[in-house]
Amino acid sequence: MPRYQLTVNGAERSVDAPADMPLLWVLRDLLDLTGTKYGCGQALCGACTVHLDGEAVRSCDTTVADAAGRSVVTIEGLSEAADHPLQQAWDELDVAQCGYCQAGHIMEAAAWLQRTPNPTREDVDRLQSDVLCRCGTYERIRAGILRAAENRR
Amino acid sequence: MSYVEIDPGAFPPEVRALYGIGASEEAAVTLSNCSRRGFLKTTALAAGSVFVLGITSVRRAEGAAALPEGLTDAAFRPNVFVALDADGTVWLVNSRAEMGQGTKTGMIATLADEMDADWARVRPVQAEGHERYGPQSTGGSTSVRLYWQDWRKAGATARAMLVSAAAATWAVSEAECETVMHAVRHRPTGRVLGYGELAAKAATLPVPTEPRLKDRSEWRYIGKPLHGVDNRAIASGKAVFGADVRLPGMKYAVVARPPVLGGSARSFDDSAARAVPGVVDVFELPRYQGAPGNQALGGFAVVATNTWAAMKGRDALRIVWDPGPNAVYSSDTYKDVLLESVAKPGRVERDQGDVDAAFAGAARTVEATYTTAMLSHAQLEPPATVAWLKPDGSAEMWCSTQNPQSARTLAAEAFGIPKESLTLHMTLMGGAFGRKGLLDFAPEAALVAKRVDGPVCVQWTREDDMRHGYYHPPAAQYLKAGIDAGGKVTAWLHRSSYPAIGATFTEGELYGGTQGSKEVLFAVPNLRVENGPAPAHVRIGWLRSVMAVHHGFGIGAFVGELAHALGKDQVEMWLELLGPDRTVTELFTNGRGPYGEPIATHPIDSGRMRRVIELAAEMAGWGRRLPAGHGMGVAAHYSFWGYAAFVVHASVEGTRVRVHRVDASIDCGTVVNPDRVRAQQEGAVVFSLSHALYGEVLARDGAVTTGNYDEFRLLALKDTPETHVHIVESTAPPGGVGEPGIPPMMPALTNAVLAATGRPVRELPIRLG
Ligand code: FES
Ligand code: FES
Repeated sequence: MPRYQLTVNGAERSVDAPADMPLLWVLRDLLDLTGTKYGCGQALCGACTVHLDGEAVRSCDTTVADAAGRSVVTIEGLSEAADHPLQQAWDELDVAQCGYCQAGHIMEAAAWLQRTPNPTREDVDRLQSDVLCRCGTYERIRAGILRAAENRR
Repeated sequence: MSYVEIDPGAFPPEVRALYGIGASEEAAVTLSNCSRRGFLKTTALAAGSVFVLGITSVRRAEGAAALPEGLTDAAFRPNVFVALDADGTVWLVNSRAEMGQGTKTGMIATLADEMDADWARVRPVQAEGHERYGPQSTGGSTSVRLYWQDWRKAGATARAMLVSAAAATWAVSEAECETVMHAVRHRPTGRVLGYGELAAKAATLPVPTEPRLKDRSEWRYIGKPLHGVDNRAIASGKAVFGADVRLPGMKYAVVARPPVLGGSARSFDDSAARAVPGVVDVFELPRYQGAPGNQALGGFAVVATNTWAAMKGRDALRIVWDPGPNAVYSSDTYKDVLLESVAKPGRVERDQGDVDAAFAGAARTVEATYTTAMLSHAQLEPPATVAWLKPDGSAEMWCSTQNPQSARTLAAEAFGIPKESLTLHMTLMGGAFGRKGLLDFAPEAALVAKRVDGPVCVQWTREDDMRHGYYHPPAAQYLKAGIDAGGKVTAWLHRSSYPAIGATFTEGELYGGTQGSKEVLFAVPNLRVENGPAPAHVRIGWLRSVMAVHHGFGIGAFVGELAHALGKDQVEMWLELLGPDRTVTELFTNGRGPYGEPIATHPIDSGRMRRVIELAAEMAGWGRRLPAGHGMGVAAHYSFWGYAAFVVHASVEGTRVRVHRVDASIDCGTVVNPDRVRAQQEGAVVFSLSHALYGEVLARDGAVTTGNYDEFRLLALKDTPETHVHIVESTAPPGGVGEPGIPPMMPALTNAVLAATGRPVRELPIRLG
């Protein structure tokens, strides 16, 4: 079994895994980082979204070989004290219902906010996120992103 | 909406002195940061890998207990829901299952309110599955509507005993004492004792049977928007769902189940599967007997050192399946079976006046036939359970379930151990919508764990859940109205046919019943509701709002069509059919309504329905001019003791429906947490739009072919309309919240399409052109 080195939430980690093993299962089952969720395994739902070198990717669709030597950030590592502006906004606006999809939405939005640091209401309304939420929290996700951007200003 | 800020006046000077609350701190004490403090203490232990092994022992080492059984260590434990430590920390237990509906926060807030506890000192605790908590099966919008009074009483019991303890300490009359936020004050002298100081004494007193409940005006938390107790855990990835428990040496398993219900393996070869690195074992599981019910489906388990290896191992299995008798089922031909069924008279479930005579004498009749597709719950978290049979014969499970007591019973049977030997922890659920109250996954996990040395996480894939679900049934409905010369509706016939939930539990059951169609509130003198037979070939289950999903659609869409046919405004049509405000006594038999509501305390009031319709219409700006191709639709429905009306503004461009805005109004009686009532209606909009626009589970030759979210599409963020929720202020007893918003949403949409195009929608999902 090959060995891969990757940086996860700032720490160097090495894992023994077949080359095609999705990063999702590396994180969850080999590294016990269970904040990243499985929803579809086919890059259809976004529940497994993490940052790979700062870009939001679907970890179910990213192999360990692809992630090797790169920097992975999961929901657990998004902020030191769970106080990223998005995490605060999510609490303030009670975005989550069941919460299962929310790590995916937050990681997707965090990467988007990096590229769009001062979004307007219209920017957020035009957001084309395809991260799914069965509970139907989308309206609050939009509001949460806007609140996070405001809080950061 | 602004959340509860605790009024500084809530802390009398004596209490402030007692707890050292200064002015600045006072202002900062909001429910928001209180819940955060509670969260920190709880999740410090619930987080990640520390969770499992550590939880009991770490807590005990700290001198306080996190698990309910450990709470017996607390200084004062008047009942299973409340525990108070000598330092004033209060542990409040949520015994219900949390799937995103918000009951956990609502139950804890209710206990805290009646106890007059300071939210900052409340530590939320999740119960395990155990009869000591009373009913725990969570579904049917029952939690608040059925058990809220019990929670109030549990909190009030603690409060009464603390008052007695203070009175005894001071040797004064209880009547001179009152609670003032986590403390008891002796009114004449102003003396104060904190709850913590009173805990030991209270523990020695008799438990009152009828403690005084607070008056509505005294509530601190009930009725105010409350932040969710798990918000921060969720947003930081620390919340624990079914597959998130990690134990040393834990294995991971997936199961290859028979593609056709009731099928079995003709031949089986696991040599390639066993060669997959990480796979440690492959074995056959026993197949269910009789009706499938909550039994495991059988098939083959692949156990590995991680989930990916288990899935790869399963892909490498070579199994030839014998499909069995259900191979006759295909979704396209099955639709004809349903249409034939509703073309004939069915079993009569409600009959008023003389419908046949009224049709014969009608100036005109209007009729329509509707079909709706089979649906999956499609909750983001597929079933996932961690199960562990230990060498001493006891077992432990972490289960994402709506019905923990039955899950425990079924799993214990599957393990072959007494129920008392199985501890079943309830995790948060990543959505459920009914799926996790259908329990095949619990005994299945036990059957797998029985063969594994150590703990195992049995993970269902998305395709597993989509293809081995308990489906919302496909349905056909026939509606007919008779109209007199004056344009008034004098006769109403509603006939539906769909495979029954009953068939999942009793072989051969053909009738699904009339939940959601029978309790139509219309004041039409001649009214008949029928249900036709339909055989089931897959497992049918309850999905959020259950049969009111399609029955609410049938009623609502037909009202839209009636308005269209009679040239009336849709709102007027609804109000005309409802008639003058009245208690709909016809719906009560033996003093109970269709959802068990006692007529004396829970009359079904058509006036409440009228008001939600008027409110939604008003807030939506009903009747305003719209651009060409746009339309507004309205629909309303009563279910689970809740009255809901939705107005949808949509447009149609070619074959594409766009939804611009939704106004939802709900009257669910007394509200515990208005923010979650709001959230549930917002969710109902998205949930229903997914079904109306895309929702369809297909089957061929007995096997469900729909597999993942590319085939069972869900609404995306970019297609989500602006949604406004209007809650009717009410002092009526609490009604359902999670389900009543579902039945009116789909017909409000199709009525908007009708208004925009002049063409009715008679098939869901909507297909235009
Ligand atoms: S699990 Fe990766 S996108 Fe759904
Ligand atoms: S909050 Fe439940 S799936 Fe999004």
